[in-house]
Amino acid sequence: MTEKKEDTSEEIYWLDQPRNISLLVWLLVVICIVLFFSDAFYHKHAIFEIEHLFGFYGVFGFTVYVGLVMTAKWLRNLLMRPEDYYERDDEL
Amino acid sequence: MSFSPGLILILGALLVPFMQGMVRGAYIVLLPIICLFFILTLDSDVSATIAFLDYQLVPVRVDQLATVFGIIFCIAAAISALYAFHERDGLQQVAALIYAGSAIGAVFAGDLVTLFVFWELTAVSSVFLIWARRTERAYRAGMRYLIIQIGSGVLLMAGALLHIADTGSIAFTDFGLTSPATTLIFLAFGIKCAFPFLHNWLQDAYPEATVSGTVWLSAFSTKLAVYALARAFPGTEILIWIGVTMTAFPIFFAVIENDLRRVLAYSLNNQLGFMVTGIGIGTQLALNGTVAHAFCHILYKALLFMSMGAVLHRVGTIKASELGGLYKSMPLTAVFCMVGSASISAFPLFSGFISKSMILAAAAEQGYLVPWLILLFASAGVLDHSGIKIPFFSFFAHDSGIRVEEAPTNMLWAMGITAFLCIAIGVFPAPLYAILPYPVDFHPYTATHVITQYQLLLFSALAFVWLMRTGVYPPELRSTNLDFDVTYRKGLPAVARWLVQVFHPLDQTMRQRIIQFAQRIIAGVYRYSGPGGSLARTLGTGSMVFWVLAMLVGYLLISLAAP
Repeated sequence: MTEKKEDTSEEIYWLDQPRNISLLVWLLVVICIVLFFSDAFYHKHAIFEIEHLFGFYGVFGFTVYVGLVMTAKWLRNLLMRPEDYYERDDEL
Repeated sequence: MSFSPGLILILGALLVPFMQGMVRGAYIVLLPIICLFFILTLDSDVSATIAFLDYQLVPVRVDQLATVFGIIFCIAAAISALYAFHERDGLQQVAALIYAGSAIGAVFAGDLVTLFVFWELTAVSSVFLIWARRTERAYRAGMRYLIIQIGSGVLLMAGALLHIADTGSIAFTDFGLTSPATTLIFLAFGIKCAFPFLHNWLQDAYPEATVSGTVWLSAFSTKLAVYALARAFPGTEILIWIGVTMTAFPIFFAVIENDLRRVLAYSLNNQLGFMVTGIGIGTQLALNGTVAHAFCHILYKALLFMSMGAVLHRVGTIKASELGGLYKSMPLTAVFCMVGSASISAFPLFSGFISKSMILAAAAEQGYLVPWLILLFASAGVLDHSGIKIPFFSFFAHDSGIRVEEAPTNMLWAMGITAFLCIAIGVFPAPLYAILPYPVDFHPYTATHVITQYQLLLFSALAFVWLMRTGVYPPELRSTNLDFDVTYRKGLPAVARWLVQVFHPLDQTMRQRIIQFAQRIIAGVYRYSGPGGSLARTLGTGSMVFWVLAMLVGYLLISLAAP
């Protein structure tokens, strides 16, 4: 627990260093590569044809995730209003 | 003769005002535990009946489906009570106990009348958890919540009355979507279950409740609706499509929402979608999956709401745009939050994995390709908003410079116990599988399940990292996002204003006409009976005597004329 003090006197945390963040990112990349090629090394008990595609789950996950975030970002154009949008004309 | 287990909490709540401080807090934690043991002593497949008018009420119907929900409701109540242990607000404490008790009562209700009573009681009691925030915003959100919840009850009553007229039976069993009566009941459940377009009360009201109020709220109402749907409409195919829609659309809102408790409300909606889909598929595996998922979901969702509540409690805001770097001052809360995130994202060895995979497997087994793909998409979406966004933007991301104390001890215990349960269920699913309604022949930890799940989740995480590093990921902004509630929060007032604009001139003309008419009558009356009017002239005594005489003569003549 850290007391509320001058920020400058604070200890540097492991995650504060960009070097370590990059380390984590590369770790994730390596794990993903291993996972992708792991499809070659076990028998997949799949029901749908599409599941048998090599690396299907990884490619699907990556694609829909990017699609989801980009769509949501675009939706802001339609949906985003100021924070007090519902408090503005309160008199009625 | 047994009584409804819910009454232990409801009647127990009445004693709360007579206690104080720690004793009161301990009592509220203990009561659900007593209720839990009482439920475990109930004999399975036994029901108690009371004669009521011409019908047999069944206040207690014990079977496996009811028991599982009863058990998890008691656990959720005990955990929420521990989380709220430091609070001294009697209003919330009484309301929360009655709320949890009525949800448990509804789960064990064997007839529609008992169900209706408890159904409405959950609505009326829970709104106080929102109002207890004691702000104008919360008051209004609570009002909207109450109107919609009571609306659900009214639909349920209308449906029940029609159903009784149709069939002569008040039993609450598997109806199927077969008649107008059951359609009304279906809609009543649908409102409480936050079906698409009926969902906005959830995202509107839950984030406005108190810190502990939201934790209570997250457990009961919607899962009671899931239970009711599983009881009355298993295998109703339209539920598959309703369910997958529910899994998909809230995640878009969750990505761009700034209030992290509202993000969790959207995520709650998305999780309900998985359960509703399972009910729609209706096979034994699917229904087991739904019940198991409700069980796990109540725990990890409560855990996530508790961690965000702790942040709100300490920092005073829960807006992602203001937070960041809190792991430095609230490390334990951060760890518990990440356990909740891993559970809801369904990482292997966490609770969500062993339940959600059952629903996906059931969808695949029945050959529902499109729903299955949507569920898979929604699973990646869950990772974004609950798995990454919640912990990342509050505890990590850029350091906001906010330094606070760690959460209070009782909150940490409540989160710690829940986190333990999330992991325990994930690692040893057998005890949960043993209490499900149907025999379980499902093995979550196969090579295929584990590897494909890791592929899906970690590639999604990779996508997040890529979007963050390239600066494409949408920043957290202070904003309100329009959802369906704009129709009644802006649309209805606009219609009202339009009506006023149209009818105001009409109303003015009508009034003027009536006033003119009345004025003419008054002027006429004045002309005849006002000063100088012909009816107001004063006459002398002599003329009166003359007229009296004339009258008497008249009488005389008439009496003489008559034979």
